[in-house]
Amino acid sequence: MTTVGEVTSVEVVDLATTPLRELNQRLHDLAGGAPGPRHWRVLNPNGAHAIACGLDAEIEVEVKGHAGYYCAGMNKLATVRVHGNAGTGVAENMMSGLVVVEGNVSQSAGATGRGGLLVVHGDASARCGISMKGIEIVVRGSVGHMSAFMAQTGCLVVCGDAGDALGDSIYEARLYVRGSVKGLGADCVEKEMREEHVAQVRGLLDRAQIDDADPSEFRRYGSARQLYTFKVDNAGVY
Amino acid sequence: MCGIVGLFAKTGEIEQSLGEHLGAMLVQMDDRGPDSAGVAVYRDPAPAGASKLTLYSADLLADWTALAGELTAVIGAAEVTSVRSSHAVVVVEAGAAEAEDWVRANRPDLRVVSAGSVIEIYKEVGRPHAFARRFSLGDFHGTHALGHTRMATESRVTTEGSHPFSTGLDLCLVHNGSLSNHNRLRQELRREGIRTQTENDTEVAAGYLAWRLREGATLEQALEGCLDDLDGFYTFLVGTADGFAVLRDPIACKPAVLAETDEWVAMASEWRAIAVLPGAGDARMWEPEPAVVYAWEKQAVA
Repeated sequence: MTTVGEVTSVEVVDLATTPLRELNQRLHDLAGGAPGPRHWRVLNPNGAHAIACGLDAEIEVEVKGHAGYYCAGMNKLATVRVHGNAGTGVAENMMSGLVVVEGNVSQSAGATGRGGLLVVHGDASARCGISMKGIEIVVRGSVGHMSAFMAQTGCLVVCGDAGDALGDSIYEARLYVRGSVKGLGADCVEKEMREEHVAQVRGLLDRAQIDDADPSEFRRYGSARQLYTFKVDNAGVY
Repeated sequence: MCGIVGLFAKTGEIEQSLGEHLGAMLVQMDDRGPDSAGVAVYRDPAPAGASKLTLYSADLLADWTALAGELTAVIGAAEVTSVRSSHAVVVVEAGAAEAEDWVRANRPDLRVVSAGSVIEIYKEVGRPHAFARRFSLGDFHGTHALGHTRMATESRVTTEGSHPFSTGLDLCLVHNGSLSNHNRLRQELRREGIRTQTENDTEVAAGYLAWRLREGATLEQALEGCLDDLDGFYTFLVGTADGFAVLRDPIACKPAVLAETDEWVAMASEWRAIAVLPGAGDARMWEPEPAVVYAWEKQAVA
């Protein structure tokens, strides 16, 4: 990679010849600002699990191909770009940073994530954003059934359609869907799309570098706050 | 856990190297299922009027030639066409059901693993790479094949409890998941005359499909019936004489990936099992929807 005025090298790791543990250890060794390469390229991922998992450094990792389960799980600070598809649990429990997947992702994308931005340029399958706790997720395509199940905080933007039981048992997370919603889960309702919400969607689409979706075309869904946990009479139970 | 793989050849080249590719896929699913492994391969159709059985013998020194002699004397000219470890393939000039019934009645030391005209099933306890070596998977040609690596949950680790399970002539089933209503269903199927040989949940699902097909359902109808009558988690891969079909339960907890090129269609629990196939990088790839039956047949892609 060449930038104006300087030449920055890319550390290339080929998983056809390098064990995955060795790659992840080298990436982990950069935690806390330790010196080392800031730009990494991973070749021949071939669906291996836990690629670039548990990062804690301001680095960029490109994965050239399809990743397996839990790619970029628990990510902190780092940018991980998957030039292919990703399996179950991509960016699960992400704390901060950016994870971008050029292709499709399997189920439980961004599960339990606490922060950061996950961008999926293809479709996400079932349970996208399950139990999200502050992560922001932008999906250019559609999401599968039971997405944002028990979502607590954060934001899910879907440019395509949503499957059945969207937002089942949702707490405070905001869901924005441009296309159709096959069905809403328990206690999830459509809500008014005010200017502040359009602005939020616009901001997220900008950060996701998606410019072919009009923010005003999205509809907003969230909690009706009618389930047990929302009743004040139950507040002292635990 | 458990791992599932399936490969359907669309070219002669893939047909010739089917076993080699299947073995590579199966080995990738080792850590999803280290307890036992098995494959169903569709190949070498029996001549008209004849049928093909795969038989298992716990005794590796079983006298298969003597068996062929017995079959020839009683029900029709029989020939042992291959012996691989504990399994032998017998082609006999008789109906598959008739030949199967004879073996069950007269050779309790043997077990009929598959019956039909094109199917062969091999399965054993142990890890997939050892299985692939023991059964020389690399030698197999065929039109399509299924495989399974098992991590046992519902019943013991035995050869009988390994997948694939035969579900009728030229039909078989592999399963990732677990069924919770299999005891009751096993009793109901027994009343319908469907035999089970183990306490395994998947065998009940196989028996259920066999029963629905016997009652006149199409494969698609039988699979859709699973959505109503089976309680539990499952990704099923069903092999037929002409192809295979995939079904996931409505919750779809158990993974499945499908991929297709001009040369093959593949199904697996995970992408890494498909990544070993030629041209996988350029394959069209997707995840099957829950509660939707996907099927490929020889004619459909011809």
